[in-house]
Amino acid sequence: MRESPKFEKSFDVEGGSFQNAGNVSGQIKNILKDLGVSTDIVRRVAIICYESEINIVSYAKKGTITLAVTDNAVKIETKDEGPGIPDIDLAMKEGYSTATAAVREMGFGAGMGLANMKKYSDHLIITSEVGVGTCVKMMVMNFPKLLHPDLPVVTL
Amino acid sequence: MQLETLVRELKLKVSCAEGSIKRDVKGGYVGDLLSDVMANSKEGDIWITRQVHQNIVAVASLKDLAGIVLIQGSEPAHDTAAKADAEGIPILVTDLPAFEIVGQIYKLIKP
Repeated sequence: MRESPKFEKSFDVEGGSFQNAGNVSGQIKNILKDLGVSTDIVRRVAIICYESEINIVSYAKKGTITLAVTDNAVKIETKDEGPGIPDIDLAMKEGYSTATAAVREMGFGAGMGLANMKKYSDHLIITSEVGVGTCVKMMVMNFPKLLHPDLPVVTL
Repeated sequence: MQLETLVRELKLKVSCAEGSIKRDVKGGYVGDLLSDVMANSKEGDIWITRQVHQNIVAVASLKDLAGIVLIQGSEPAHDTAAKADAEGIPILVTDLPAFEIVGQIYKLIKP
């Protein structure tokens, strides 16, 4: 069953804006800390948010990152107006990248972004349309499920 | 160990956020790939890198790193310095290459 989030907010990310990259992730990290989300969850969400933000900045014209927090999970959903991903399985492989030389010189584009997003989230779903954009839904479980098995399970 | 002790012992130049060097260094991480540092560094680490652009400040801030050491005398870019000062992320500069400074830092914090 779906839970209604106790906190939800969307943030705009501008493509190509490396000078602002990380700002949205920083805001999301602070919101989660203020909401009392555990340090480990905040750390994982910060990683997946940052990678999402860098992907939008590196590849898309613009995009949004939406944060939703429920009692059971933190959800991050990104939508961009970018080139789309023709082969998602290939893009998920660590080390595979289509980043430009300029992006690589800054220490990005090593093909770790999507791999990190998968590694540090509990669920990840990517949908993409070439020439339109990409949507990534990620969820980091807020773990009390193990302690309270009767709590509802959140679905994406 | 306190960051200011590292600064003193290793004669690091404090390039940014001098007011924030009284903090604990719990460990260290070396890397120029930001995704690698983002994924694998830990809170309280000192980060040794040759990257000087402003995204290093965002990574250090998001990961609650103790500070950044730039190697080979690399100075932070102008906007990097401004951001580091604003966010209180110390940026330190050494003339040594990474291998040398990492060895010295390791000896001090993991005796």
